Formats: sequence, structure tokens, C-alpha cells
Amino acid sequence: MTTLTQWLRDPNPTSRRQAKLGQLWLGWLRLKRNPLAMAGLVIIGLLLVIAAFAPVLATHDPIAQNLQNRLQPPLTPGHWLGTDDFGRDIWSRIVYGSRITLYIIALVAVTAPLIGLMVGTVAGYFGGWVDAVLMRLTDIFLAFPRLILALALVAVLGPGIENAVLAIALTAWPPYARVARAETLTVRNSDYIAAVRLQGAGAGRIIWGHIVPMCLPSVIIRVTLDMAGVILIAAGLGFLGLGAQPPLSEWGLMISAGRKYLFEQWWVATMPGLAIFIVSLGFNLLGDGLRDVLDPRSAAK
Amino acid sequence: MARLRGLGGAAFSLAVTLLGLLFVTFIISRVVPIDPVIAIVGERASEAQIEAARVALGLDKPLWQQFFIFVGNALQGDLGTSIRTGEPVIQAVARAFPATLELATLATILGVIAGVPAGVLAATRPGSLADHFVRLVGLMGYSMPVFWLGLIGLLLFYGVLGWVGGPGRLDAAFDMFYEFEVTPYTGMILIDTALAGRWDMFVNAISHIILPAGLLGYVSMAYISRMTRSFMMNELGQEYITTARVKGMPEWRVIWVHAMRNVMVPLITVIALSYAYLLEGSVLTETIFAWPGLGSYITDALLVNDMPAVLGGTVVVGVAFVVLNLVSDLLYRLVDPRAR
Repeated sequence: MTTLTQWLRDPNPTSRRQAKLGQLWLGWLRLKRNPLAMAGLVIIGLLLVIAAFAPVLATHDPIAQNLQNRLQPPLTPGHWLGTDDFGRDIWSRIVYGSRITLYIIALVAVTAPLIGLMVGTVAGYFGGWVDAVLMRLTDIFLAFPRLILALALVAVLGPGIENAVLAIALTAWPPYARVARAETLTVRNSDYIAAVRLQGAGAGRIIWGHIVPMCLPSVIIRVTLDMAGVILIAAGLGFLGLGAQPPLSEWGLMISAGRKYLFEQWWVATMPGLAIFIVSLGFNLLGDGLRDVLDPRSAAK
Repeated sequence: MARLRGLGGAAFSLAVTLLGLLFVTFIISRVVPIDPVIAIVGERASEAQIEAARVALGLDKPLWQQFFIFVGNALQGDLGTSIRTGEPVIQAVARAFPATLELATLATILGVIAGVPAGVLAATRPGSLADHFVRLVGLMGYSMPVFWLGLIGLLLFYGVLGWVGGPGRLDAAFDMFYEFEVTPYTGMILIDTALAGRWDMFVNAISHIILPAGLLGYVSMAYISRMTRSFMMNELGQEYITTARVKGMPEWRVIWVHAMRNVMVPLITVIALSYAYLLEGSVLTETIFAWPGLGSYITDALLVNDMPAVLGGTVVVGVAFVVLNLVSDLLYRLVDPRAR
């Protein structure tokens, strides 16, 4: 262990990989000093564990109804978070719901940056009217309020998880396009790009093989910062009945089911909301800490 | 002169953005799987009836012509007719918009009142307990689903504590007479009841609006306090601040007069942005609080697949969004002498 840290901390790295990993190690040390960011990391880790071991952690079948047992309060034996209006165990539903949340996050985290990267790098690399048209398009999408556009899109496509993901991705890509374009502009005129071009590489090859990798770090940071917002929008769509459909235990959908019983059986709506809040807080805490670590201005202090 | 050119550019980009907004909405409306003709004439209409309705709706023309007609109508304020009520969308939207505006405005005011001092407090004592507290409260505001926050607020302050009025804009007892006794000059309930001199209704309306506005204000405060902190930190590192302090100026004056004047410039943009987000955030909040605004209108229309109403509402929110951005841009020029 000590030898590994020594290797990572070596002030004279012998290879590029060692230098890179050393930088990462320093960043990790700085992140570790931030208790809030670590709390965020723990929350996200817990989410992953819960989703992975859902069948073990759940005490009941998440969709099996038991009408004799409906609307039991929390701390009822066997149902420590209570049961909902169909007598389903709320804890088990939340546990399985974490899979749906992760599924949505993962799909959006792949598609939205991909669209943004394509638009941004192409706009930045070619410049001129291509740039003008694509960036104008980006501005138009930025001008749309995100949730409302997603609402309109799902209304057209029809409700469902996949369509909700598509709608969220279609509203989430413009910031990535901005970031990717800015990065592209800084590397576009570098010597190494000129060298590749002289070797006869086409535009597609240059963009995909030599520009996109340069944009990835800033795009990935942006993804972490964005995830909390994605969770909230997905939950909002679910709440309005436009996302996951019953009997799936999506958290937003669970809240909307509990709305009818708000004043008498408060736990039905409260518990899944707490789950959304904790997970999205986790991403926000981690993203906040990451920004501090990666922002050179705050690192100088 | 440069200022005028800047204005011209802003107006041009506004026009292009608005056109794009209409274009996106048009595309969405044309890929709807629900056939608008069937929705109007019904499933059992004859071929001839369907064909007549198609011609009447202009759906027999090529797409680009349909788009021009769509834009022309929108510019004249015709956003189509609601399938559900048969009422022109623009009328319903005009009736609903003031309620949303009232809610978002009050929320923004609350957000500024709480957020700016919190941000300044955090910036003047970085790393202190107060700083961490403001940061955590802010991050929590970012992480709460607004609809859930609304439900919990309703449960706590209305259901358990009984401190505020429930959903709706007035108690049912007042609601019955509202139409007859108050002239809706502005459509904003606080202003209209005050103008009518009905202070009993005014107080009742406040007890209803304070919860949704307070919750939205919290979300807005999260954003404003965070940005205020970062702007203020930035200013406090400047040399003119050191000069002012060396001169022996009291600290409150250094912060609230000298630094604040420069913080104001970027802060205006932030406040305008948060105002725009509140217009959007109110969509979910309104459904919780049965607030008869744009958000309720859009979501109600969604439930019955009333696409003209949904898209009309979307266009109006989009336009409000764009206009707010433009206003913040203009204010920025007004406040910052360097931008002139």
C-alpha cells in the first residue's frame, strides 16, 4: 500500500500514465477532505448497492397486492415503512424503484452527452455557417424551459420510461453542446490536429478520434452536476403519470399515488419523496465537491 | 451607437429564437399520433366529412405552407382551439397567466429577500459554520422535488398546524362571491382584492398564496444565495475593497454599498433567470395547490390529450422565458457602465 502511494506521489513520474494517475490521486485527496462531497459519494454508493441487491434487501414482492393489509402505518411488524393503498410494502417498492431511477439516469447520461458532443464538436470543428446554424439550434433548445418541453414531447410520444428518457435527453443536450464546442475551439488549431490532417485523416476521424477525447473530461463533470436535475425531472414526469406506468414502483409515480391519502396516511407520499431527495442530494453534494476540486481557482487557495 | 447595434442584434436573435420556438412546437404538433381530424369529427364520420375537416384545418396543404400559416396565426395571437373546451387557447392562457405570474413574482421577491443576505453572510465568513449552513440549505433546495415539497408543506402547515389556507386561491366561502364582488383588473388576486377594498379577501388570499410562494421562494433562494456568495467572494478579493477598509470605512458600508454595487450587475441576470425557472417550476407546484395558473392549464390538458392547449401553453411559457432573458440582458446594460 505504501509503495503504491509512493508511486502515485512520485514528483518525477516516469510515464504519462503515472503522471495522470498521480494527478487523479491528488484530486481524490482533496475531495476526501470535503466531508459534504464524501457524504454524497456514500449516498451514491448506497444507491448502487441497494439497486444491485434489491432482491435480497426487499422484504416483499414490490408489486404483489395484499388488500387486507392496505395503508398500514410505518413500523408495522414486517413493513417498517408501512404499506400503500394496495397493501404493497413501501420499503420493497422503494428498493426496487432505485433500479428504475438508475436505469433512467444511466440512459440519459449516455444519450444526452452523445448528442451534445456530436453537435458541439461538429460546430466547433467546421466553424462558419455550420457553427452558426448548430449553435442557433442549441440556443433555441436552451430557450425552452426544460420541464415544459419534456412534458410536450412525452405527451406526443406517449407515456413510458423510454419515452421519458428520450424527452429528457432531447432537453438536456444543449449545455453539453456548448461545453464541447468551447473545448473544440481551443484544440482545433493545435499542431497535433494539423499533423493528423496532413497524414490524410478525414473530418470524421479527426473529430471522433482526436477531438472528442479532449472534450470528455469537462463533459463528464457536467454529467455529474446534471444528474440531480435529471432525477427531479424524471420524478416530475412520473408524478404527472407521463413516465413509468403502474404497477412499476417509480418514485415519482409512488408519490402521486400517495397524494390521495396525504392527510390521513402521510407516509405513502412522504417515503418515496425522501428517497428522491436523498439521492438527488447525493449527486448535488458530490458534484459540488468535484467542482471545487477541479476548479483551478479554488485549488490555488 | 454601439448600444443601438447591440439592441438590434438582441432583437434579431430574439426573432430567430421565437421562430425556432414555433418551429419546434409545430414539428411536435405534426407528429402527434392522435389524428386532429378524428378528434374533431369523431370516429364515425364519413370519408367526405373527414376530408372536409382536413381542408378546413388546412391539413391538405404542403407542410411548409402549414408552417407559415401556423406562424402567421401565432403572430396574430391565434394559438389554435382547445379540443376539450372549444375555447381559443389564447383566451384560456390569458386568463391563467396572471395567476402564475403572481405566484412566481411573490416567490422571487421572497427568494431575493432571503437569498441575498444569506449569500453575503456566507461570503463574508467563508469556511465558518454559517457558510456551511447556507451551502447545505442551498443544496437541499436544489435537491427537493418541488411537487413533493408542496405536498409535505401542505401536510405540515395546512393539515397538521393549520397555519395557512389550503389549496386554491381563496376559502370556498370567499370563492363563491369573488366573481361578483371583485373586478378582475389584473387577474392577480392580491392586487384585485386590494383595489376593490376587500381587505378580508385580501388577507384570506395571502393565507393561500404564502405557502406555494414560500416553497418556490425557497427553491429560488437556494440558487440566489449560492450565486450571491460566489459574486461577493469575488468582489471582496478586489483591491478597491482593501482601499476602502484601509481608509477606515465601516465594514457594513464596504460590503453593502461598495461591493454590493458591483455584485448587483451579475446578480440581476441570476434573478431574472431564477424568475424564468419559477415560471416553469410553478407547473408542478400549481397542480399540488390547485392554483388556476398556466401550469394547471397545461397539465389538465395533458391528461385528456388536448394537444393544442398543451402546445399553446408551451409556446407562451417559452416566450415568457425568452423575454425574461432579453430583459435581464437589457438591465445588465443599464446597470453596468462597461456594457454600454
